[in-house]
Amino acid sequence: MSDPSDRPIEHLLRELAPQVLSPVVRRFRDFAAAEDAVQEALIAATAQWPREGVPANPRAWLIQVASRRMADHIRSEVARRHREQVAAEETERLALPVDAFTETGEDDALVLLFMCCHPALTPASAIALTLRAVGGLTTAEIANAFLVPEATMAQRITRAKQSIKESGIPFQFPTAEDRAQRLRAVLHVLYLIFNEGYASSAGPHLRRADLSDEAIRLTRIVYHRQSDNEVAGLLALMLLTDARRAARTGPDGELIPLAQQNRTLWDRQQIAEGIALLSAVLPKGSVGPYQLQAAIAAVHDEAARAEDTDWSQILALYDLLRRMSDNPMILLNHAIAAAMVHGPRKGLELLGALDCDPRLAERHRLEAVRAHLLEMAGEHEAAITHYRSAASRAPSIPERNYLMLQAARLSESTDHKAPD
Amino acid sequence: MKYILLMTGTKVGVESYLAWSQKDRDAHMAVLQRIAQELTSSGEFVSTQGLAGPEEANVVRGEKGGMPVTDGVFPESKEFLLGYWIVDVATRERAYAIAGRISAAPGPGGMPTNMPIDVRGFATYPGPRSDRR
Amino acid sequence: MKFILMMTAKKADWDEYTKWSKGDLERNVTFMHAFSKELKDSGVFVATEGLAWPGEAKMVHAGKNGEPITDGVFPESKEFLAGYWIIDVESPEQAYKIAARVSAAPGPGGKSGSLPVEVRPVLGSHADLGL
Repeated sequence: MSDPSDRPIEHLLRELAPQVLSPVVRRFRDFAAAEDAVQEALIAATAQWPREGVPANPRAWLIQVASRRMADHIRSEVARRHREQVAAEETERLALPVDAFTETGEDDALVLLFMCCHPALTPASAIALTLRAVGGLTTAEIANAFLVPEATMAQRITRAKQSIKESGIPFQFPTAEDRAQRLRAVLHVLYLIFNEGYASSAGPHLRRADLSDEAIRLTRIVYHRQSDNEVAGLLALMLLTDARRAARTGPDGELIPLAQQNRTLWDRQQIAEGIALLSAVLPKGSVGPYQLQAAIAAVHDEAARAEDTDWSQILALYDLLRRMSDNPMILLNHAIAAAMVHGPRKGLELLGALDCDPRLAERHRLEAVRAHLLEMAGEHEAAITHYRSAASRAPSIPERNYLMLQAARLSESTDHKAPD
Repeated sequence: MKYILLMTGTKVGVESYLAWSQKDRDAHMAVLQRIAQELTSSGEFVSTQGLAGPEEANVVRGEKGGMPVTDGVFPESKEFLLGYWIVDVATRERAYAIAGRISAAPGPGGMPTNMPIDVRGFATYPGPRSDRR
Repeated sequence: MKFILMMTAKKADWDEYTKWSKGDLERNVTFMHAFSKELKDSGVFVATEGLAWPGEAKMVHAGKNGEPITDGVFPESKEFLAGYWIIDVESPEQAYKIAARVSAAPGPGGKSGSLPVEVRPVLGSHADLGL
């Protein structure tokens, strides 16, 4: 770990927060009170460290201060019950020697992450709790990211904590048999957080790109402690996708699809890191869906120009992915890849199978892909109709505008006459 | 996913509301308050707004000589927006259930108003979705 | 003072909009983007939402035992709320000026439009519901 004094205090505190929360919760077993105590310690650090310098062991400092606050809290609770004897006993128990904490901070953050991604929680609850407890975001920041009032988000977090408490799951690293399943839940939550930040990067709320950064940061923590190939795969997928962020949006907030992006705006460092991760992990075998999705992203990111894209490789990867998951989005992307390799007719044929799939909630995407393939096949009239149909179902204004423009562009360039 | 619940009414409908007793209006507001609190507690509440009636509405159509062209006339039967709720829920069906509860809020004599509520989705940007791959 | 600026449209309006030329669409997108930015920069912006086209919208009212009754039929003549802005300004006149600006957004042929924009005071918010 790099010298703590090198980094700005704010970033250091953000990183240390879960590493301090974890031992305090474990010791006192009161999540909510522990959170308050840690908050107070962080505030104290923010006030004192700029003046006095960052302590040699900042984590221990924070744990000490938070523990003292917890002790004060418990003492005042006990005093309220007027039990002097109990107070004396409690004070004994509260003495916390610093050298009692020998694990590294990252283990603590990981345990918290595993706890926050409890499968009994809804994805929305798990996301909120993870961002609060492990991400170190304030409730207001999370509320802002999801555009709900602070009171609403506070309630989501409170209910999530209650659910965990009621489940009776002890605060510890899951047993070996639970670990694999819990890791999957953790990766899923992190993936959702990343997607939330990435999908909204094309909108007016730029702040939300921080969610993608946060997802990457947390996935790195998991990656450092869990030598699981799918963790590497997810991290690679995030890096390879995030690398394109700057090129996704135009000056008027318009959406720029992959094929038209200015690739000089792609982050080469992130791409290099993503590819390095994949190269280390893919040869190990037991390839999972995140690794495959990352590999597909890598093929795109390695192409110098859109026309250099190795679609055969992408098609082969989607063939593999299809065997692992029948998620309709994968089938849709598979159809696109098939069209690029075998021609639009092949792609359209594959789309037919999705028409009856009730799970394809994002019907506009099916319509948009159909329109694109019809255009490739030269059926411009039909393509225009499907672009407009997709536009009417688009869930975001930038997507709607994009699809409308495709219809308009095709309508103008094609020398067609409107049907009577 | 976010949904907007649009409460619409007619001019006649609003006039009849203004004729409710204070007691009936208070009872109605109390139910709406309870719904709002429950939705906050469940983490689904985003916002709600009530809008002024049509007498205070103006329709602006472009500019003439740098001044907005306004028109305040509302036909009796035209439907207009009374107010709305925005909720963030897991399923569309949950949005309908909430709309059903608002619609059932009591009117004169404690009978449900049964007001029609349009449930619409948003197009500004995609909301959090757990079904994403 | 808070005002809501509402844009409505009928199905026929939407059908027409989908047939605008590429240039007209681009001009309109640029204008709307700039308009929202101006509202934010001048400190009057409170909120804006574009609503999904009501292809799958439902009208709901309470059933006999509290179950919601949904009805998916929307008449051709119905005016749908397409989107709105909420602004916080000093006077109604200021609200009308802003509404006039968006009403004049460029339409087909790049000409300034005169889309009807309804302006109304916003009454109660969740603060009034004791939240």
